[in-house]
Amino acid sequence: MGYLQGFAVTFSKLFKNTATGAVVTVQYPEEKRVKTERLHGRHVLNRYEDGMEKCIGCELCAGVCPAKCIYVRGADNDPVNPTSPGERFGFVYEINYLRCIHCDLCVEACPTEAITESKLFEFSFLNRQDAIYTKAELVVGDDGKPQQLPWEDWREGEDVHTSAWMRATSSSGNAAYSGQVGWSGELGYGVRAPEAGQPAEAAANELRDARAAAIAKAASAGHGTDSHGPGGHH
Amino acid sequence: MGADPMLAGHIDLWVVLIVLLKVVVTFAFLMVAVMFMVWFERKVISDMQNRVGPNRAGPWGLLQTLADGIKLFFKEDLIPDKADRKVFQLAPYLSLVPAFLTFAVIPVGGDFTKKAGVVKMFTHHTFLQLADPPIGVLFILAMSGIAVYGIMLAGWSSGSKYPLLGSVRASAQMVSYEAALGLSVLTVVLVSGTLSTHGIVLGQSSVRNWNIVETGFIPFFIFLIAGTAETNRPPFDLVEAEQELVGGFNTEYSSIRFALFFLSEFMNTVTMSAIIVTLFLGGPQEIFHIPGPGWLLGMFWFFLKLFVFLFTFVWFRGTLPRLRYDQLMDFGWKALIPLSLAWLLLMSAVRLAKNEKWNLPLVIGICLVSLVACYTLLSAAISKSKANRELMEVK
Repeated sequence: MGYLQGFAVTFSKLFKNTATGAVVTVQYPEEKRVKTERLHGRHVLNRYEDGMEKCIGCELCAGVCPAKCIYVRGADNDPVNPTSPGERFGFVYEINYLRCIHCDLCVEACPTEAITESKLFEFSFLNRQDAIYTKAELVVGDDGKPQQLPWEDWREGEDVHTSAWMRATSSSGNAAYSGQVGWSGELGYGVRAPEAGQPAEAAANELRDARAAAIAKAASAGHGTDSHGPGGHH
Repeated sequence: MGADPMLAGHIDLWVVLIVLLKVVVTFAFLMVAVMFMVWFERKVISDMQNRVGPNRAGPWGLLQTLADGIKLFFKEDLIPDKADRKVFQLAPYLSLVPAFLTFAVIPVGGDFTKKAGVVKMFTHHTFLQLADPPIGVLFILAMSGIAVYGIMLAGWSSGSKYPLLGSVRASAQMVSYEAALGLSVLTVVLVSGTLSTHGIVLGQSSVRNWNIVETGFIPFFIFLIAGTAETNRPPFDLVEAEQELVGGFNTEYSSIRFALFFLSEFMNTVTMSAIIVTLFLGGPQEIFHIPGPGWLLGMFWFFLKLFVFLFTFVWFRGTLPRLRYDQLMDFGWKALIPLSLAWLLLMSAVRLAKNEKWNLPLVIGICLVSLVACYTLLSAAISKSKANRELMEVK
C-alpha cells in the first residue's frame, strides 16, 4: 500500500495551519528573509581608521578573479599627500557587476583586507555603464559606511556588515583560532570584534563528523574494504 | 437527432435560438472552466508543495490564466523552416476542436428527480445538454481518437527531433490506452443498454445503481487510469516530459498556437472528468435529496462531482512521479487491457446467465477457469518472449 501513502502525504499538505502544510514561501518584495552573516554581496573598498585607503594596487584580486570582472591599476603614492599607507595605491579600481559571480575569491586574495563584500545584492541598473562600479563608488565614505547608489536597495543596519567574512576568525575553519583578532581596524568602526559562536559551531561540526563516521562505518561493515577515517572538513 | 423532446416536433425559430444559446453557453463555460482549471491546478499543486502559487493577478491570483493568455497572444508566432506549414498550422485546431465537441454530449444538468432530465427553456422542453445523439458514447471515443491526430501531426510537422519523439510517444500511448478505455466503457454500455449519454445517466437513478457499483468498480478504476493516460496528464505525461524532450510535441509552437494546445490539454481534463461523472457516477443525478428547483439541483450535483475529479487529477499530478516508457507500455498492455477484457467477459457472461436463467455459479466458474487459463498462457508468452529477447541481446 506504499502507493496510497503518497496520496496521504500530499493531501495533508493542503492544511496550511499544520506543521507539514506550512507555507515556506516568502512574499519577496514585501517581506524579505534574514540574510546570513557572511553573505556575498556588492563589494566595498575599505579604509583604515585614519581615513587612508587599504588598497595597495597589487592586482591580486584581478588576477584571481574567475570571471575577469575586476580591473585594477596601481600607482605610486604622492609622498606629501599619500592615499594609502604604503608605496603604492589603487589608482583605478573597477568591478563589472554584469560579470561578477560573488565568489569572494578577491576577498581571500587581498593581502590588506581592502576589498570585502557587503550583504547587498538588490541592485539593478538600467544600462551597462552603471554596471561597472568605479573606485569612487566602491570606496567607503568618510563615516566608514558604503556609498549608496540610487538603484541600490540597502536596508536598515546592512551597511554595518561590510566585512563579516574577514572576521570569521579563520578561513580554514580551525576552532583553535577562535576569538583571535587577525585584522586591521576600519574607518568608523575601529577593530571589529571576532564573529561569535566558533566554539559552538565547532562542537556541532564534531558531532556531525562523528555521525558521518558512524554511517560510513556501518556502510563499510558490509563491504569490508572501505577504510575512510572520521573525515570531515579541515 | 436523438431523444431531445425539443427536436422531435416542429422546429421553429425558438428551437434554433435555444440551440444557439446552448452552443454559446457551452463554449463560454468551457473557456471559463479551463481558466479556472489552470488556476485551480496551480494553486492546489503549490499547496501540496508548501508554496503559495499565483497570487498577484486579481484576487487569489484568479486572473493569472487570463494574463498568461494575453501574454501568449502578443508573442511572435514562429514557424520553423523545416516545418510542414499547412499541417503545422492545422494541428492545434485538430487537438482543440475534439476537446470542445466531446463536451457537447455531456448532460450538465436537468431535472432527473421527477422529469427524466427534461427542463423547460422559454417555450420548449429540452435536455440541459447541447446534443444527445443516439451514439453518444461512440462519439466520445471517436473524438478522443481524433485528438491523437492533433498531437501526432504537431510533432510530425514540426520538422524537429524532440517534437517527433514526443508525438511518437503520444500516439503509441494514446492508442494503447484507448483500448483499455474503450473496454471499460463497454461494460457501462452493457449495463445501461444504451449508447446515448442521456440514457446512461437516466439509468443511474440512485447511488446504489450508479454504474460504478453496477459494473463492479474495476472498470471505473481502469477508466480513471486510462483517462489520465489519454489526456496525457501526470503520471502519464511522457508526451511532454520536460526533462527528456524539452517540451514534447509542442516544443516548436509559440504564441497563440501554443496557447491552443495548452487550452485543449486542460479542456481535455475537464471533459474527461465530465465523462467519468456521466458514465459512472450518475451525472446530474442527486446523491441525496435536497429541496429546490430541479434544473438547478441537477447542475449542482454535476459540478460537485466534476470538481471531485478535477481535484483527483491534480492530486495525481501532485503525488505520482512520471512512469518510465516501458513501464507505461507494460502497464497498459499487460495489466489494464487483460484486466478490462477479463472483466468484460465476466460481466457479459453473468448478464447472459441471468437473462437465460442458466446456472450462475457454474457460469462464473467456467469463466474463472478460462480466465486463469488465458492468464497462464499470457504470462507464459510474456516470459518466453522475454527469454528470446535476452538471447538476442547475448548474441
